[in-house]
Order: sequence, then structure tokens, then C-alpha cells
Amino acid sequence: MKNWNFVFAGFGGQGILFTGKVVAYTGLVDNREVSWLPSYGPEMRGGTANCSVCLSDTPIGSPLVLQPDAIVVMNKPSYDKFIGTVQPGGVAVIDSSLVEDRTDRQDITAVYTPATKLAQENGIPKLANLIMLGGLLKATGFTSMESVTAAVEKCVPPSKPELVALNMKAIALGESYVE
Amino acid sequence: MTDRVLMKGNEALAEAAIRAGCRHFFGYPITPQTELAAYMSKKMPKIGGTYLQAESEVAAINMVLGAASAGARVLTSSSSPGISLKTEGISYIAGSDLPCLIINVSRGGPGLGGIQPSQSDYWQATRALGHGDFFVLVFAPSTVQELVNMVFTAYDLAEKYRMPAMILSDGLLGQMMEPVSFPEASEVKPSEKPWALTGHQNKRPHNIVNSLYLKPEELEAKVLERFERYRQAEAAEQRYDEYCCDDAEYFITAFGASSRIAKSAVDLARAEGIKAGLIRPITLWPFPKDIIDRRTAQAKGFLSVEMSMGQMVDDVRLVVNGRVPVEFYGRTGGMVPTPQDVAAKLKEMAGGAK
Amino acid sequence: MAVVYQKSKMLTDAPLHYCPGCTHGIIHKLVAEVIEELGVEGQTIGVAPVGCAVMAYDYFACDMVEAPHGRAPAVATGIKRVHPQNVVFTYQGDGDLAAIGTAETVHAATRGENITIIFVNNAIYGMTGGQMAPTTMPGQVTQTSPYGRDPHAAGYPVRICEMLSTLDGVAYAERVTVESIPNIRKAKAAIKKAFTAQIEKKGFSIVEVLSTCPTNWGLTPVEALDWLRTNMIPYYPLGVYKDKTAEGVY
Repeated sequence: MKNWNFVFAGFGGQGILFTGKVVAYTGLVDNREVSWLPSYGPEMRGGTANCSVCLSDTPIGSPLVLQPDAIVVMNKPSYDKFIGTVQPGGVAVIDSSLVEDRTDRQDITAVYTPATKLAQENGIPKLANLIMLGGLLKATGFTSMESVTAAVEKCVPPSKPELVALNMKAIALGESYVE
Repeated sequence: MTDRVLMKGNEALAEAAIRAGCRHFFGYPITPQTELAAYMSKKMPKIGGTYLQAESEVAAINMVLGAASAGARVLTSSSSPGISLKTEGISYIAGSDLPCLIINVSRGGPGLGGIQPSQSDYWQATRALGHGDFFVLVFAPSTVQELVNMVFTAYDLAEKYRMPAMILSDGLLGQMMEPVSFPEASEVKPSEKPWALTGHQNKRPHNIVNSLYLKPEELEAKVLERFERYRQAEAAEQRYDEYCCDDAEYFITAFGASSRIAKSAVDLARAEGIKAGLIRPITLWPFPKDIIDRRTAQAKGFLSVEMSMGQMVDDVRLVVNGRVPVEFYGRTGGMVPTPQDVAAKLKEMAGGAK
Repeated sequence: MAVVYQKSKMLTDAPLHYCPGCTHGIIHKLVAEVIEELGVEGQTIGVAPVGCAVMAYDYFACDMVEAPHGRAPAVATGIKRVHPQNVVFTYQGDGDLAAIGTAETVHAATRGENITIIFVNNAIYGMTGGQMAPTTMPGQVTQTSPYGRDPHAAGYPVRICEMLSTLDGVAYAERVTVESIPNIRKAKAAIKKAFTAQIEKKGFSIVEVLSTCPTNWGLTPVEALDWLRTNMIPYYPLGVYKDKTAEGVY
């Protein structure tokens, strides 16, 4: 399988770190090498949050992703910070309900998914992050839907099993969305 | 071993300590090690253990001294400024020949410094964890799995040599998640501790745990005996890992988080035809002198890559002893070097791409 | 022949190093006798301080550890958490307990740590040669208060029992002295009550013992006892400051 280096970025509270964790867990399910590295600091709540996720078939060197193969960005500051870092040929999944910009980069695939709006319209207002994950999965094919399902099952707290179906609904929404 | 799960380095350290038989944790909150203490506070009450949030780092390390003298496998964790406060107790623990485990999830300094990852506590860990003639076993894992494995090794060796052990982690390893599996608790066999304070039950002479020797000849004899154990540890416990070293001409030395960046840099340099390799010390004390000495014979140069202004590079220079150039590349203050920058430095040393 | 008196088995045969006239010896004897009378010498673990009593580990015949300066309550906490069934005590002076170790003392007390502290207050740093202590009296001349302790510059002496008695974790706090036979008897009763409280798991217990330092006070042993009566007892009144030994602190 291809090695993937991802950056997930947005506001604290959007579930950015959780999204990265689900992606990391797909690597565990697929029996790959995995790393998940969050930004941390005093701005944890309400400020910007991001994490680096690496999926690889060989041991991972630097877990800090500086030139991602794909990014998922859910606010304007994150878009500004990371859009220029994407590897040529890479993918940017952008929450177009929160970021109005359109990149002029021709060497990457930009996917504009109005995830926050879709989430509200579909009665899952807290799951925009997983709609974005659906968009990422469609644009990159970094793993199978079976692995994503298994990863979601591992990430959802055991006390709230009902969230698995809701999360999968959000991922399916993102995967099927066509601009 | 258990199934692989994804865990943060800090939490994995805590779980590993519990599985290694630790039932007593004494700490004080500090970033970026808080997840470790939080994990302990959640788990310890459920397994009949002690989680105690002390009034200070000073008190915490002295609780460690007490629990270690009582024969327990005991843990405290902190980050750089907190470790400075613990050095008083660490010196006493070393002077009392007690085993224990201290974890430093290090951050930038000096002073309050910052909270981003740093390796600028190398000198402190290997030279200056308190006053007096002593060493501490220092382990520098570079993956979450290795953090776990080192907890077991650190306890075993601390008890074998009757000395404190430190795991020198950093904010990057502490905060990152990687897959990890744990040895079963039943695989752990803590050593016998006939010296421990348990109450003599009127069946043996009273045990004394002490670091005071007012007669200089007694203190010297005690220190000499301790240094004989250090010599044995230096002979038997140098641990390291090598990457692409067989045909290498330029060797990076790097530990912990920076060794991961260095490994990526070796790949980049090799892609440009530079015969680069990585020697990764896993024990910082004892420092893996022997392998560096051996590799010096084939080396054209060494590059120590650290998240500091250059500390371990001194130890590399002591081993290489002028035979080939030893250079340094680092970032400090919480900045993390990039593989590209490290590779560029290697290229410069090698006189350009091959 | 009937034995009418013998040294406590809780004391080793090591000769005490204390100065002539110092009351540490009496206090050691009382602690040793209490532990022996309670039948717990095999279960007891003691913590020696830094200060004159630093070598207490050579004198008490139970398991002993020597703590860093002021940290004895933290060290005792570590031991007690490992061996809750054992009897754990510290033996500390006023520099150790009331200056450098104040935080450890206060927090062990407020946690209700089930340990016993024997606090020997002689209003001076003895081991280092007679410097001003937190408990040194106003006007008292020491090596580092050569013109007498001036509260304007050096503040006031600290009253430990009064301070600790405000904390909910304290089961028992009493101040005693050993300057006369009746008071020695009262001191022993207090020490016994403190250890008994620990054995019955009632919480933190402390006995402060007003003591003399003839050497550093520059007095004969008899004059020192007089000085204690005249100067220390009025400032540090004897008595029970806290007694929750019936109900316990939890």
C-alpha cells in the first residue's frame, strides 16, 4: 500500500484530533506502521488544533508532517497555513462552508466539501469532521471502507455504541458528496 | 504480548509501569507529562495502588525515596523544570542505593522555558541529577513501543544495580500516538530486596537506608563500591540501534525524537548518494561508547543531531577523540529539526551530493 | 535479683552522640519505651531528619531511613503508602520541620497521613553550630542573630502545633516538654497517645517537645532548663491543641 502523510487542521472543538485518530486506527486495522502527533499548547480550547498522521509499511521516521500528501482543513487560518505545504500531486480537502477561498494551485487536487453545512442539514451538527473524512477517503482511497468502519468502532467510547452508526452516516455523506 | 492498540507515549508509559508492577506513583502536575499522571490517577485506585499528587516535585521525589526504601517499584514523572526540583531527592536515592524510576518528558529551557519538545536535559540526565559522585541509568526511547519496553528494562536494571533509572522522553514522544502492545503482567519478576524497610518483625537486625557517612574513609569506600557497580553496568548495558551503518561513511548520532528525524534524513542523504548511517543511543548512561569507537574506524565524520544547542555531541567527541571530525546540528527552544535540514548538513560535510 | 529498670530494647547499644545536658536522649528513650510498650518494634519504621538527630537511625532498633533535610514527612508518606500496616514515625528538629520542611509537614498533616511526628523544638539549629531557627525567641542571641532576633528583620517564631491544629487531617497535636520529671511523664503519655492514634488509624499525629540546647544557648544544663521554663513555655504554651483520637479524621 502507498505511504500516506496527512495533516488535519481546524478549530479546537471541531473534532480534528479525533478525525486524525480514526485515520490512524485504520492503519492499525490494516496492520501498518502508524503515528499520530497533535499540536499542543495553551490554545487547546477554541484556538487552532492540528495533528500529523503517518501511515506506512516501514517504520516511521519523523512523525511531524511538514509536506503532507493530503490535508484536511476546517477553517481559514488552517487553510492559509497548510495549503502551500501539500506535496505536488497531493490532495486538499477543504470545508467550503467555513473557507471561502479557492486555491490557485494546479498541481494538487482540491476537494471543496461544505461539511459543516451538510452536517447541520442532516441533523448531525457535531460530525462535520467525519464528513470531511469521507471526502478524504474518496479523494485518496487511502484505505477501505471496511477498515474505516473498524477504526470508528475502536474510536467510539464503549459507553456510546450508538455513535458508530452516526459516524458512519457522516463518512458516507462526505464520500458521496459531489460538488 | 497484548494486541496492538494506539496510545499516547505518556499513557503508554503509565500502563507499562503498572504492568511492570508499579503500584505507587507520586507526582506533581506539569506540561507536557500530564497524561501520565492523569492515567495513574484513573487506574491506581482500581488496582489497589497509590496515586498521590504531592505538594511539590520535591515532596514527590522524597515520597519515591520512602516507597523505594520500603521495597516498592515506584514511579514519579515530571518535565524539565520539575526534574530540577527533584535532583535533591535523586541524589539521596542514589546515595542510599535505592532503585526507582523517574520519567522526564522534557521541554525547552532554561527557566520556565517552553512546553514544546526539547532534548536540552541531556547533560542534566547524564551528569547532573544532583550533587555528588553518582550516575543514573538513562534510557532514551524513540517510539511509543520502545517507551513501553524500556519501563520494564529500567525497573529490572535499577534493581539489579541498585540505582535510580530515568527514562528521558520528550514532549513529542509523550504526546504522539503509535501502535503498542504490552507484555503480560505475569511476565514480571521483581527482585528480592532483603535491604528493604518492612519492619524487622523481631526476626532480623534492623535495616538502615542511609546516605550519610561522616568518616571520609567510609564514604570513599561506599562510593568506590558503587562505582564498581557502575563499571559493570557500563560493560554490560550499553544499548543502541543502528540504521544503514554497514557501509556508512558519515554517521549521525541522535537519540529519542531527533533520531526519528535523523533516520528520515539518512534516507534523504542516501537518495543523493551519500553513504549516511544512524547510530541511535538507547542508553544515554551508560553511553554506547563501544559501537561509536568501532564505527570511527570506517567513518569520515560524525554529526550529532539534537534538539538542543549540542550536549550529547560532547560524549561523541570524547569517544571519537579527534580521529575524524564531529559536527553538530540542532534546533532548540522547542523547535524540531527537519529531515531536509539535517540531510543538507550531511551533504555539506560530504562535500556535496555524490 | 529483680530487674527494676532496664534500657528499652528499642534502643541499640550505640552510644548517643548528643551533647551533655541535651534532652534528645530523654526524648529518644521515651519514644523507644512507647514503641516497646505498644509491642510494635518489629512493625515500626522510623525516619531520621537532618540536624542533631540525623544519626537516629543508629539509635532506634527498628528499620530506619535517613531523609533529606525537611523531607521526612514526605519520605514517611512514601513508606506508609507501601506498608499501611506498619507504624511509621519521623523524628525531626525545628529547623528541619518548621523551616525547610514546612510544606512537607503541613501537607502530610492536611492529608491526614496516618503517621506520627516527634518534633523536637529547641529554638536553634544545633548541628550546624547554633544559628537562628524559625522557632528562635525574639531577642534570642544566636550565631546568625548576634544582636538578638529582631522581629522587624527576622519575623516572629512559628508555633507549629497551633498552626497544624487548624487542619482537618490532624488527629492529635500536643506540645509537651521534658524539663522536669512530671513533664517527662506527660510527654511520654502524649507520645503514647500519638502512636496509639496511628495504630488505630485515626490520622496524622504530632507531639512537639520543647527541648534544650545548652551548648548553643551558652548555658549550663540546669540554666538551660530554667531558660526553657522562663522563655519558651510562655511563648509556646504546653497542652493539647487537637484531639480527634476518639473519632478519627475521616
